[in-house]
Formats: sequence, C-alpha cells, structure tokens
Amino acid sequence: MTSYIIKRLLALVPVIIGVALVVFLIIHLIPGDPAQTMLGERATVEAIEQLRESMGLNEPLYIQFISFFKGLLSGDLGRSVMSNNPVLNEISVRFPATLELSFCAMIFAVGVGIPAGIFAATHQNSFFDNASMLIALIGVSMPIFWLGLMLIWLFAVILGWLPPSSRLSVGVELDYITNILLVDSIIQLNWNAFKNVFSHLILPSVALGTIPLAIIARMTRSSMLEVLKQDYIRTAYSKGLQDRMVVYKHALKNAFIPIITVVGLQFGVLLGGAVLTETIFSWPGLGKYLVDAIYSRDFPVVQGGILFFAIAFVIVNLLVDISYAAIDPRIEYK
Amino acid sequence: MNYVKKLSLLLVVALVVALFSFSVYAQEYGGTFVFGRGGDSVGLDPIQVTDGESFKVTQQVYDTIVMFKPGTTEVIPGLAKDWKVSEDGKTWTFHLREGVEFHDGNPVNAEAIKWNFERWGYEDHPYHIGGEFTYYAYMFQDFPGVIKEVNAVDEYTVEFVLENPQGPFLNNLAMVSFGIASPAAVKKWGEDYFKHPVGSGPFKFVEWKQGDRVVLEANEDYWDGRPYLDKVIFRSIPDNGARYMELRSGSIDMMDYINPEDVQSVKENEDLDLILRPSFNVGYFAMHQDFEPFDNVLVRKAFAHAINKEALIGAFYAGLAEPAKNPLPPSIWSYNDEIEDYPYDLEKAKELLAEAGYPDGFEFDFYYMPVPRPYFPQPKMIAQAVQYYLSEIGVTANLLSYDWGTYLDKYYDDQFQTYILGWTGDNGDPDNFLYVLLDQTQNNCGYESEELHEILIEAQKSVDKEERIALYKEAQEIIHEDVPWVPIAHSTPPLVKKTMVKNYIPNPTSTEKLHRVWLND
Repeated sequence: MTSYIIKRLLALVPVIIGVALVVFLIIHLIPGDPAQTMLGERATVEAIEQLRESMGLNEPLYIQFISFFKGLLSGDLGRSVMSNNPVLNEISVRFPATLELSFCAMIFAVGVGIPAGIFAATHQNSFFDNASMLIALIGVSMPIFWLGLMLIWLFAVILGWLPPSSRLSVGVELDYITNILLVDSIIQLNWNAFKNVFSHLILPSVALGTIPLAIIARMTRSSMLEVLKQDYIRTAYSKGLQDRMVVYKHALKNAFIPIITVVGLQFGVLLGGAVLTETIFSWPGLGKYLVDAIYSRDFPVVQGGILFFAIAFVIVNLLVDISYAAIDPRIEYK
Repeated sequence: MNYVKKLSLLLVVALVVALFSFSVYAQEYGGTFVFGRGGDSVGLDPIQVTDGESFKVTQQVYDTIVMFKPGTTEVIPGLAKDWKVSEDGKTWTFHLREGVEFHDGNPVNAEAIKWNFERWGYEDHPYHIGGEFTYYAYMFQDFPGVIKEVNAVDEYTVEFVLENPQGPFLNNLAMVSFGIASPAAVKKWGEDYFKHPVGSGPFKFVEWKQGDRVVLEANEDYWDGRPYLDKVIFRSIPDNGARYMELRSGSIDMMDYINPEDVQSVKENEDLDLILRPSFNVGYFAMHQDFEPFDNVLVRKAFAHAINKEALIGAFYAGLAEPAKNPLPPSIWSYNDEIEDYPYDLEKAKELLAEAGYPDGFEFDFYYMPVPRPYFPQPKMIAQAVQYYLSEIGVTANLLSYDWGTYLDKYYDDQFQTYILGWTGDNGDPDNFLYVLLDQTQNNCGYESEELHEILIEAQKSVDKEERIALYKEAQEIIHEDVPWVPIAHSTPPLVKKTMVKNYIPNPTSTEKLHRVWLND
C-alpha cells in the first residue's frame, strides 16, 4: 500500500510538468496582451512597452517557460502582475476558504444524497422515489446563481434567519490562523465566532451542494438497485436477515464503489468550480480570484492557480483510490 | 379627560419636533460604517494602483498636498495650507500645515514630501519598487518627467521646479494617486508596503482580509477634525444583486453599482436613498477619418443627427446618465454649455448624407467593446441600438468585437472604421479629456486640426485659470463643428445608502473622504 501511494505521488511529477506546460502555452497563446489589458484606456505605447519589459514578456517564449519552471522548482510561483502580491501568498489565503466551503457542501450533499438514494432504491417506484428523483433532476439543472440569490432573499432578507453572504459578520472578532475559519474558531475556543462562521456556511453550502447532492442521490439509487437484484441479496433475505441488515451490511457496501467515485469526482469539481457560488456569496475563495485573473491576463496567478487545482484534483483522486481498498477487501494495491 | 388628550398631543408634537431638529442639526460621533462594493482593492499603495476599489480605501488613509472640494473638481488646500506659483509657471511653492503627523507618529514635513516624489519619480531610487508607478509617469509624462526637482526649503515649505509650465499641475497633485506615505513605513515594508499603508489621512489602516474586507479606524488627531465615524469597513460583495440584498438585510450601510432593474425598488423604499455621483466620464461613437467616407464632415454630421441619445439613456442606463454634447462632462470646469447639440432629426440626417454624395447609404464596420464600463454599461446592446438608428438613414453597420486587450490594441493601431469607447477623468482638468482624447498627436480617430492643437498646447502651458477656461471653451466649439465623434452620454453612477447615513457627498473623481459622514442611529 505504502509503495503504491509513493508510486502515485511520483506520478504527480509528470502531471505537474504537463499541466504547467499546457497552462503556460494556452495563456500565452490566447489573444490579448496582458500589458494592454492592465493599462486599459490609458495604455500609451511607451507604458505598454515598459510594462511588457518588466513583466518579461519580451523574452522568447521558451525562456519565459524556463524561468517560470525554475521558480516552480524552488516553490516560487512569482508575484501577481496586478497586485504585486506573491501568488503563493494569495493561494494560501484563498484556497482554505474554497476548501472549507467545498467540504461543507460535500457533507450536505453526501449527508442528504446517500440516504435519499438508498431510501428511493429500497422503495422503488413509490411516491417518495419518484418525487425525490424529480427533485434531483431539478437540482441538477438549477442555475446556481439563481438558487443562491433566492436563498439569500428568503433566508436573509425576508426571514432574517441567516446572514446573506461573506464568511464572518462585521464586529465578530477572530484571528485567522489556518484561514479555515471553523478550525480557527475551535483553536481559539471562540464559540461565538464558531456559531457565526457556521451560520455563514449554511446558505452557500446548500447552493453549492445541490448539484452534487442530486448526482450522488441518483447514483446511489441506481447502484443500490443493481446490487439489490443480485443473488446473494436474495440469499441474505432467505436466511431470514432483517431488512436493515441486508440493505446496510450487504447491499450498501457493495454499492459503494461507484458512489465513492462520484463523490470524489464531485469534490474535485467543487474545489475548482465554485466560481458562481463564491461570487454570489462574496466568498473570498480561489475560484473567483482565478477567473478574475484570467480576465486581466495575470499570467503568474493563472499559472499558479491552475497548477494548484490540478495537484488538489490528483490528490483527491488518490484518496478515492485508497478508500476503495478500505471499503472492498478484494481490492489490493501493490 | 380632554385636557389629558390635549396635553399628550402637545407632548407628542414637542417630542417629534425635538427629535426632528436633533436629527437635522446634531452630528453624532461614533458608529461603524460598512460600505459594500463590487471588488477587493488591488493594493493600498496609491501610486501603484489604478483601480477605483483601491482608491476608495487609500483616499481615507492618505492626504494629498492639495485636494478636491467635496462634490467638485475644484482644488482646495490639503496638506498644504496655501501656495504660490512663479511668473513663468515653473516654480510652485507650498506652505505646509504644521504639526501634522503620519499614523506612525512621524512628522509630515517638506522632507517627507520630497522623499515621496523622489521615490515615485526616480527610477534609481532604492524604494522605486513594488510596481510600475503608472500614474506618476502618466500625469507627469515620464520619470521624472515634468518635475525637475523637489526642494525642502525649510521644515514646512516645499518647492517644485518644473521643466516647463504644466497647466494641470495643481489638479494632478490633488489626485488620490499622489497620497503622501510615511517614508519610515515604506522603508520598513519594502515590496510589501502595499499591504501595510501608513499615511496621515482621516482613517488609519487596521486590517485587510483579502477578497473580503478592509477595516479602518478614526484618526483621533486628524488635522481637519476627528472623523464622526469610529470605524469604516469596505466589504467586497461581487454580485450586484447579492450586494443589494445585503443592504436590504441591513448588514451594509451603503453600496455602489446597483442593477438598473433594482433602481425602482430603491426609490420606493423609504429606508434607502439613491444618490447620483456627478458624471466624470464620456462615452462616444468615433468615426475614423482615415477611412472613407468618414473623412467627409457632412457624413459625420449626418450620424450626429441620426442617434437618439435620450432613448439610449432611457433604455440602457436606467435613466442614470445625461446626453453628451461635448467631450467634457459638465462637472469639469470650462464645460461649454452654450454649445447646442445636433438634434435627433432623421430627415436632416438623410439630407446631409445626400449632400455628401451618399443618398443610398453605404456599408461600414462598427466595433463595440466586449466589456461594460461606467460610460457604456451595456456596450453590445447600445451598439445594436446605434446600428438600428443608422439603418434608419440607410447606412449599414456591421457589428464586430474583440476581447478587451485585442480591442484596445487595434484601437491604438487605428484599425477601426467606427467604434464606441469612452473615458473616465483622472485629475478633473479639461486637458485630461480634450488633449488626451482629441489632440492630433493623441487621438485614434484620424482627426487633424492644427487650430485645435495650438489652443490645447497654449492652455497646457498657461497657469492662469481664466485664460485656460476661455481657451477650452473655444476648443469645444471647434470640436463641435468638426464632429470627430458623436458624444453619447455622461453616466452618473448611482450610490444607494440607508437614510441614516448623513452627509455623504459623492465626488466626480469617484472617491471621497469620509470624515464628515455621520450616522443617525
């Protein structure tokens, strides 16, 4: 197992080089001069030339790539062209925010999606089955920005139960240590802040978790249905085992592999794709920041950010693969 | 019984009157003011940034040598209490207020100001780091550009010697970009100074949570009096709709950039006020004279008659703009209000086209910007409307666009036959619109006018305001006759505040100091 993990981690190296190369080429080859974009209407010829020079854009492409890659090896992703802030610093502040939100959204999606899927499967063609799958279908097709705005409107403006957006209310004191605020408030034993952070997480987690929830529920249902038709389930029933025992001990365990795969993939998607949710809920995460950087052609940020997402995605996949072995003793890694 | 009723009525009236007069007259100290805005600041060193979200904050933290009178682009004393300029317009002497301190306790004196200008202007200065110093090079035309030397004559007298007289010099100094920083703080933080700003302004920097909020607190010793507010917080709330809901739920006190469709609900809500920032921009339709038939002034005039500006403003600006007849917005001094715009008149337009030799119209390329700007909030839809208006007089416009960087690139390369674009002012000086956009050495619409060029250069060199006003008024007449553009609109960006926020006076230059704002809790 350990050697497998090491092998998988080593396989990260070509992935990183590949991603770095592709990202570098794409961002340098798409039209739109970053110097021009940055200076906007005020771009005089001299100013553009000066900026291009100081950004190193006048060097040949391969020289630019080499210097980018050299920096990468020494853990230096460069400084943002727009703000002059080190890219690594920006990522270390913003990624925890994205991680926290994605994690809570997944807890919501898994916590509701899997039980709903199981129930639908064991009560196939019942009213609940049809209703929940219809809701799941709506969930998959719901535009996040619309859902997000409706949630804010209902729960923050009309009912006033939850805060509309951001991570922490103005006036609540909390030192940012890990930048994962739930963790930070626990470390500082600051329960007032913990409650506040938690209440801020509810609406965006629901908005962000709705689509994965729907996908997970549907996947769980179909995977369970397949397993429930197997011979050994009939055998289990004929042994006189209770419903609950058959479903959770015999069926679910076997149905879990595809579910875990979907959960892992969805989590990977959330880590990189929470742009709309982050925008609506003023969540200072990496997704929104990266999209802004693409618009402003902030090369170092785009390169560093996408590379970071790629690594995160690979790691999530690795964790999924490892969990296969934990769930199914027949799977063994060598 | 009756007496009791009367008495209680009287009491109620007295109470209401007392409350009312209290709320009108008594400015209150204290409170936290939360401003919701569309994005985070890029940096908090004002010389290194060009975006409005950064300037909103640095305006509070820093002072400039001179500044803009609230609500106008008129220059009034700032760190300098008075000043004089030599006969030849090359030497400016400023007398500084005494006893002003930076937030770190160091004195704001002539040496500090000299140090700031040398840091910005000298490329070999050890602290000329951390960015491009874009606005310095832009306003003073290079490094060190127009400013030959800065001398600390004595503790509180600083002298600027210029290479040549610069008419807009004083307006330049009032720009928020030229906020004076504490030299000690710049030295301490080096490249990371932009995260630890120290000035002498009405509010001190407390913390910046990137992507989320910037927190400031009152500078108790501010030279213009302690701010009424205890704290100011700028929160980033990117989505316009979400920001408006934050305002309605009460978690912010004020916001900018509202969706046009929400304007009506603000007007109907008695807890909210809509206030308009005086316009500081122009959106225009340009016709490049290197391309036929736009070298013909009759064609350009025909176009000016064919576009219905009022209808465009009603449809695409939610009415929050005024039709433009000059390149200058009315908030800038020397605006020529005597000029009469070409009225929307299709018959007249067709006549002019026929006279120019195009009775059956013609076909041409028309480029529109891919991104919204304050002067064109919905560029594509505005372009489509203009295309429709022009089709009414028989000409066919082919609508085209590029990504923003490429668009600007091709614009500078004079590749567009016709296009829409605009400008937001920098320093509130007419030169910053007329020379920058329309002088024959500067413009990108193939417009050549020696007469205009001479006037603009003369006005640039003069330091006599009356003389400059007369020159710029004349310049606007020439431009009106030559029609290099059809100016479309000056937008007046809306701000929405709770009614309890008092004395917020928006400045045309997009930022304002908040030390006179107070909350009526």
